[in-house]
Amino acid sequence: MNQAYETSATLAGYNFAFLDEQTKRMLRRAILKAVAIPGYQVPFGSREMPLPYGWGTGGMQVTAAVIGAKDVLKVIDQGADDTTNAVSIRHFFVRMTNVATTEKTREATLIQTRHRVPETPLSEGQILVYQVPIPEPLRWLEPRETETRKMHALSEYGVMHVKLYEDIAQHGHISTAYDYPVLVNGRYLMRCSPIPKFDTPKLHMNAALQLFGAGREKRIYAVPPYTEVKPLDFEDHPFEVERWPEDCALCGAQDSFLDEVILDDRGGRMFVCSDTDYCGERRAAGHTGRMSAPYKEEAAE
Amino acid sequence: MTPDLDQTPLLSVEALNKSFGRHVACHDISFDLWPGEVLGIVGESGSGKSTLLNAIAGRLPVDSGKILYRAASNSIVDLASASDAQRRHLMRTEWGFVQQHARDGLRMGFSAGANIGERLMALGDKHYGKLRDTALDWLRAVEIAPERIDDLPRTFSGGMQQRLQIARNLVTRPRIVLMDEPTGGLDVSVQARLLDLIRRLVQEHHVACIVVTHDLGVARLLAHRLMVMRHGQVVEAGLTDQLLDDPQHAYTQLLVSSVLSV
Ligand SMILES: Nc1ncnc2c1ncn2[C@@H]1O[C@H](COP(=O)(O)OP(=O)(O)O)[C@@H](O)[C@H]1O
Ligand SMILES: [Mg+2]
Ligand SMILES: [Zn+2]
Repeated sequence: MNQAYETSATLAGYNFAFLDEQTKRMLRRAILKAVAIPGYQVPFGSREMPLPYGWGTGGMQVTAAVIGAKDVLKVIDQGADDTTNAVSIRHFFVRMTNVATTEKTREATLIQTRHRVPETPLSEGQILVYQVPIPEPLRWLEPRETETRKMHALSEYGVMHVKLYEDIAQHGHISTAYDYPVLVNGRYLMRCSPIPKFDTPKLHMNAALQLFGAGREKRIYAVPPYTEVKPLDFEDHPFEVERWPEDCALCGAQDSFLDEVILDDRGGRMFVCSDTDYCGERRAAGHTGRMSAPYKEEAAE
Repeated sequence: MTPDLDQTPLLSVEALNKSFGRHVACHDISFDLWPGEVLGIVGESGSGKSTLLNAIAGRLPVDSGKILYRAASNSIVDLASASDAQRRHLMRTEWGFVQQHARDGLRMGFSAGANIGERLMALGDKHYGKLRDTALDWLRAVEIAPERIDDLPRTFSGGMQQRLQIARNLVTRPRIVLMDEPTGGLDVSVQARLLDLIRRLVQEHHVACIVVTHDLGVARLLAHRLMVMRHGQVVEAGLTDQLLDDPQHAYTQLLVSSVLSV
């Protein structure tokens, strides 16, 4: 990285990407360790970021540690690039690094996300940074940090199935819909951050580097490219992703995570892709959905 | 039962010491536990019974001494110096621990079925249907209506909670079960039923037990042999009936006479 170039292009008085170089080195060491031990939570000295905890400060610190002047940044929240959280974080990094930004998954070299994995498959060289509120998958079971560390050390994970058992007993199926527990590289139990379970299979053997940052709890963990990520399940109740009664009303996609949109107070509704970039790309390529024709007419009025 | 194996103790505690600061809670305690045997530890409150039980179970680190356990694999493991991994594995499989307060020994936020299945899942059982069948069998075995399988323990009576705790421990067919005041805090009639059940299960499954109690009545009903503790030391040990009918040590005599006078 060219230090002089980076600093000259960004906001006066601030270091490139806000954090000082020593802090970034500390974070990079934590990230390297995390990459070396897939799924293992590496403690780090979390720094104050100009956003409150809960707004993705862990993800931001990871992004700040890996971003370079030539990166093209995409920030998403719930699949959209234009929500408050995504806009603030993107704006922050533009001011602090002057990097180019994009809404196109394909064009981005670095993507910070909250609650979704893009539908467009990622490729080698891309980095996906997840914002993580609670990193410890065993926390519900055991509040003591010393004990959860020991459980990780000894791979004492069988008890996670107690939670899944209870899901089935109470709901007839595994009802855990977000933050689905996974075993990484056959070794460490990991939380995927609150992405829908629909996205969980995308972590498996992904070509991109996936980094997870938890600011309040001061943990970084990683899934390196092409790493096995296996959701926990039962032999007679295998892992399954959500399904929807319809395709995307705008682009007709059958393979994407859909949000329900209420159209009127008479029960009218439609389902649309949560990933706005994916939906837009498909429409631009000529795909249509149930509602796309009337929408075009409205737009033409 | 293999007779020649029964010639060797399942557990040998040798010169166990445990202090809290300058307070000696267990002093130089040694005893053997034989396969299928129920050993009662009696003594008044504060005599070190629970400390001894927790030390044996590895829940408290000992200051010195050996806890030699003959594992199912037939190798002798010193639990006082075993690795965390080995000790924790044995505790989840070949050992059980029934707490005085069910809330300490149960997962109160999870159904009866989940409570019974937990140890099996911890061992890698991943078939929901089979886990459920096993849970149903164990509910019946401890006289809880099978249709309560999805109910939370907090909807159970105190006696049922204790029986659920026992089922949750016995499900992996442990060889040793430690019980700390298992009938403490229960009504007398409920106690009697629980004691009957414990006696029956212990016999049926040939489990060795160490039962801590301050209640000599409980000790007489359950234990083949007794150890009397006072101020962290064993003052007298022997066969239950002999010891209670003909106590030798002055302290035991006092204990026996006070229980008779109640
Ligand atoms: N964690 C602890 N810290 C300090 N002292 C303790 C602790 N646990 C027990 N003790 C003391 O050790 C003695 C034995 O306690 P305990 O084993 O609970 O007795 P019992 O079960 O026979 O009633 C008591 O004097 C008690 O106060
Ligand atoms: Mg006690
Ligand atoms: Zn769409």
